[in-house]
Amino acid sequence: MSGNSNSTDNKVNTIRRRFLVASTATLGTAGIIATSIPFLRSWNPNARARAAGAPVRVDVSKIERGAMISVGWRGRPVYILRRTPDQLSALNQLNDVLADPESLQSDQPEYASQPWRSSNPEYLIVIGLCTHLGCTPKLRGTDLQISQQWIGGFFCPCHGSLFDFAGRVYKGVPAPYNLPIPPYFFTSPTVVIIGEDEAVTG
Amino acid sequence: MKRFLIFLRDWIDARLPIVQAWDTHMGKYYAPKNFNFWYFFGVFSLVVLVIQLVTGIWLTMNYVPSEEKAFASIEYIMRDVEYGWLLRYMHSTGASVFFIVVYLHMFRGLLYGSYQKPRELVWIIGVFIYLLLVAEGFLGYILPWGQMSYWGAQVIVSLFGAVPLFGDTLLEWVRGDYLISGITLNRFFALHVAAVPLLLVALVVLHILALHTVGSNNPDGIEIKEYKDQHGVPVDGIKFHPYYTVHDLFGLTIFLFFFCAIVFFFPEFGGYFLEKSNFEIANPYKTPEHIAPVWYYTPYYSMLRATTITWFGLDAKLWGGIVMSLAIVLLFFVPWLDRSPVKSIRYKGWASRIALTVFVICFIVLGYLGLQPVTEGRTLVSQICTILYLAFFVFMPLYTSKERTKPPPARVT
Repeated sequence: MSGNSNSTDNKVNTIRRRFLVASTATLGTAGIIATSIPFLRSWNPNARARAAGAPVRVDVSKIERGAMISVGWRGRPVYILRRTPDQLSALNQLNDVLADPESLQSDQPEYASQPWRSSNPEYLIVIGLCTHLGCTPKLRGTDLQISQQWIGGFFCPCHGSLFDFAGRVYKGVPAPYNLPIPPYFFTSPTVVIIGEDEAVTG
Repeated sequence: MKRFLIFLRDWIDARLPIVQAWDTHMGKYYAPKNFNFWYFFGVFSLVVLVIQLVTGIWLTMNYVPSEEKAFASIEYIMRDVEYGWLLRYMHSTGASVFFIVVYLHMFRGLLYGSYQKPRELVWIIGVFIYLLLVAEGFLGYILPWGQMSYWGAQVIVSLFGAVPLFGDTLLEWVRGDYLISGITLNRFFALHVAAVPLLLVALVVLHILALHTVGSNNPDGIEIKEYKDQHGVPVDGIKFHPYYTVHDLFGLTIFLFFFCAIVFFFPEFGGYFLEKSNFEIANPYKTPEHIAPVWYYTPYYSMLRATTITWFGLDAKLWGGIVMSLAIVLLFFVPWLDRSPVKSIRYKGWASRIALTVFVICFIVLGYLGLQPVTEGRTLVSQICTILYLAFFVFMPLYTSKERTKPPPARVT
């Protein structure tokens, strides 16, 4: 055993060991990352939750003008109001009495951020939960004599919040924001998918 | 009998060093003889941890973690299970008391510079423990499935949604659903009763091991190890056992007196320990009039609400989340932010004293405001307090190095 052969042995060993350590560490890390996938993915909404939260298809052709239907989506009521031309034209006269006429503070998709808040002006699609405490507002006409500016819209019976025919909130009522608008798109002039943007499905 | 016990001890000791462990941590662990009132809270937190673990295990024996049965199972524990009310009140009181003693314990650290070299790791592990405790409390709060459980979780979990780009995906991943639901409740239960407690206990062990390696600090902030007698024993140190074990047992009886008084006579503590709206079952369709987290989170909740900036086109909610996280993360850096040549507030200058006082006042004011509904004036006060809170850390290198300090004594006083 001379010092020379010993050092050659050591040199060979060092390279092999480095290689083995590096490859073990690399493969081990890859293995741990791969193993973590099922653990992380198991946290995603499961099949049952996805089914319960799936988009809803609604045929809106049977709604009369001026009438409203309510459908459930992800445990929340979604109102579909087929607006009359009168109701639509009245929306322009309310800017002074509304808290957020341009819907700047409120929750809606890009394609529903106009004053009339819908991609097809005829149909208003909003989540029917008051932005104050989550009660369900009712569709009411001018038979409800609550204020000078009231021209009909949604009235929350719990604390008297008022919203117009575009779900925009009046000033001086408890609700802070306009009614939120869910993602939706029309697959045909009369069929709407609620719960999904058009872009997502291509 | 005695010979048998000695034999048993030696038999184990030959296989597991229990005698050495006893000496290191109790019998020959020398703690400074000048501990004061503030040094009780470490032991108290340990005792509360044990109370929480034991009562928690017992509560899981009757609690049902499901959307349909969670709320009813709490009522069942309160009414039908023998002494179930006591176990639950001990656990709910324990949660609040845990934060009281931990906040006081942390304040002690700031007061006497217990985070300074060589105790940086003790401090850092401690901050991790605090973080886990915050998580543990939050996860546990959803379990009774009352209105405040639901809406508190809703508000806090929705912070994940403020993350740019993949916020919504992250939010769905955390909830496991499109709203807070039974799925969320189930996973929070798993984390609350298994994952977090395991980590918590492990970190508490590391906290104590690290402490016993470097030795305890004391109100004078000087190292007792610098003056040793001929046996290598610090002259200003006394054995932890029996001196501090007996000392702490005495303190513990007084602590338990107050603990029991709350458990038996004021378990709701005026709505601060158990919030009133949580006696109503969770209802996703009905937001409570006023959502306030439990008192021990309200300082951070105030910071969240006070953050109204929208810099770089990012949501105020995201900045609020960042400010909140920063408020805790900055604690990790305290050992290096403090540039003072002395540890204890006794020998630091006026700047440090004023800074610490302002910091504590801000923390309390933020805590109070977090319980109140928002008004413009309150938001302004919250904003000022948030800035002062952050300034305490940000300017620490400055005021600790520039101020005139007093020379600490060589021996403890």
